[in-house]
Amino acid sequence: MRLAVVDTDRCIGCQSCMFACTRRQGETGFAHSRINVRSKGGMERGFIVVVCRACRDPPCSKVCPTDALKPRDGGGVIFDSDRCIGCRNCQNACPIGAVFWNEEINKPMICIHCGYCINYCPHGVLTMEET
Amino acid sequence: MHPSDPLKNILYVDLTEKEFWVEEKPELFQNYLGGTGVAIKLLLEECPQGCDPLSKDNPIILAVGPLTGLYPFASKTVAMFKSPHTGNLGESHCGGRNAIALRMAGYGAVVIKGASETPIYLAIHGDKVYFRDASALWGMQNSFTVGRIIRENEPNAGFRSIMRIGGAGEKLVSYACVTSETYRHFGRLGLGAVFGSKKLKAIVISGRRSLPIKDKREYCRLYDEIYHKAIESEVMKKYHDLGTAENIMPLNKLGALPTRNLLYSQLEDAEGISGETLASQYLGRRLACSHCPIGCIHIAALREPYEDEAYFYKTTMISYDYELIYSLGSMLGVSNAHDLLRLIDKVETYAMDAMSAGVTLAWATEAQRQGLISERETNGLKLEWGEAEEYIKAIDLIIKQPNEFYQALARGVEYASTKYGGGEYALSFGGNEMPGYHTGPAAHIGFLIGARHSHLDNAGYSIDQKTLIEKQLSPEELVEKLIEEESWRQILSSLVVCFFARGVYQPRVVEETLRVTGFNIDDPKKLGREILEEKYRFKTREGFNLRNLSIPKRILETSSAIGEIDGEYIRRSIEYAEETLIGVKG
Repeated sequence: MRLAVVDTDRCIGCQSCMFACTRRQGETGFAHSRINVRSKGGMERGFIVVVCRACRDPPCSKVCPTDALKPRDGGGVIFDSDRCIGCRNCQNACPIGAVFWNEEINKPMICIHCGYCINYCPHGVLTMEET
Repeated sequence: MHPSDPLKNILYVDLTEKEFWVEEKPELFQNYLGGTGVAIKLLLEECPQGCDPLSKDNPIILAVGPLTGLYPFASKTVAMFKSPHTGNLGESHCGGRNAIALRMAGYGAVVIKGASETPIYLAIHGDKVYFRDASALWGMQNSFTVGRIIRENEPNAGFRSIMRIGGAGEKLVSYACVTSETYRHFGRLGLGAVFGSKKLKAIVISGRRSLPIKDKREYCRLYDEIYHKAIESEVMKKYHDLGTAENIMPLNKLGALPTRNLLYSQLEDAEGISGETLASQYLGRRLACSHCPIGCIHIAALREPYEDEAYFYKTTMISYDYELIYSLGSMLGVSNAHDLLRLIDKVETYAMDAMSAGVTLAWATEAQRQGLISERETNGLKLEWGEAEEYIKAIDLIIKQPNEFYQALARGVEYASTKYGGGEYALSFGGNEMPGYHTGPAAHIGFLIGARHSHLDNAGYSIDQKTLIEKQLSPEELVEKLIEEESWRQILSSLVVCFFARGVYQPRVVEETLRVTGFNIDDPKKLGREILEEKYRFKTREGFNLRNLSIPKRILETSSAIGEIDGEYIRRSIEYAEETLIGVKG
């Protein structure tokens, strides 16, 4: 299963998904959110939802020099924090900007496709789908 | 309050010296929560008695609350300042992303003091504050353009807010607003002019920190209760569906929609500007404030041809709400949605309060019809009900201020009518222009005694529609109800909870959120009353006197939703309010 962005035109920009992501991690705020909603360049144009799209052959994993990011069954990656050296190769390799950065520990933060956030998207922007 | 909660941090910025510092004031937040409660204490402390609102001495206070970033709907920023429009308490609430951005930057409040000699904008990114040169932005009349430029120059998209002024703020129009995220405003009482007087073109603020939670399980349980109650409630659905514009038809039917400067309380072709018409023909997008799953912001797409070339169009995205439809629509006799949207766009471009602008133009129209002013004053314009083109030109002239008449209009209806006459139909309440509810005496008494002279202070219009329509209340009973509601709303606005979510944030829920966030408030209602009295303390200090309030004659002449309004009843209510709020015996 993967988290899928079905239709950004339905997004009202409430950012409830971002808060859900950090709540799932036992806190609130934005520091550790693995999903980001921002305007397309002004609110009048609507929104972009940035989140890992569970690539079959993830570029972030391919450039990791320490195998800290291993491809996950069904797409995306599994992160092994102990192996990570914080080189940011993964962040630079992701063309959609879905590798967020934890500044405190200098390591990446990537969606694990748990699906918690979709419970807090009342307008049908996000869903879980089979891969 | 959680000991590591950054809410206690207050960022002080001195625009004169270009300095900033942070002070920790945990007791202030512990005792007054945040938002309105904290802001009024800071205003009493920072604003010298009798100061000129457009001088460097007037501070700008921005405050958020403990629930911001923790629970949905706590997404307003409260601004306090001395109002250049009324010369007294200035308080304005704004949605958008500023409350979350301010909280995520690590502050509970920001105090801006002094004035810059040259145009600047402030960039607050977490603990860094930059004084950016805004010389290239000064003179830029269009608030949309200012936002676009800053958006491209500053980092942290998705985690920031851009609050800016347009031409009205620069030209010190006393009801200039500050616009945030293109479509939200510190709308009333002239914060934009205070920005302008400080040569402060904008503030961008961003942050992305995390906030601590004490009891995670309890926090999540309460979060879900609030979230689900809101998305499943009928009231919130109403705000999402048609938005506040939904009220046009019901209020018109009741005979409560101020029309043509309140010569009437019904607009014969109100359907042309109803929420239903706007939604079916123009609605292009809906938006939300950060951390609000409802999304009440309605944006119309207006397609207009250029006249100089065939097949050449522009499409403008314009936010509409009940208050703008009333003030720039029915109040000016404009019943065509296309014209209305063009007027709204004009007011939004310059960033001025739509209610004050519409009510002032409505007065000017009647004054011209009565011969108090002529085309000599209006610079050749013939202001006439429904003539949107003339009104659009008049708004341009309020910004250009080519003569004394437009300088007067730039100071609102009370000032203009003092100068040119027509006071009996100048719809000013404590110096602030009337909101769109001619529902009955409770609405008007509410505007008069409310600390902000706003319909949101105490919702008198709701008492008219729910209670007075069925039974009489004595002035004492009515005022007690209004003050009780306004006192409770001080708690909501101290928690910076959007008033649209007041049905969800009932006293029990409020008490639970306070407990979860570690606040010990014995009696929130009592605290609300205390905060309201603090606001009145500021008002009285600055010369406000309930007894001197004038009651616009027009509201007694035009029948309201519950019939004719008795001036004596209003007078007695005000006297009782004075006795209750300030302790002066009638």
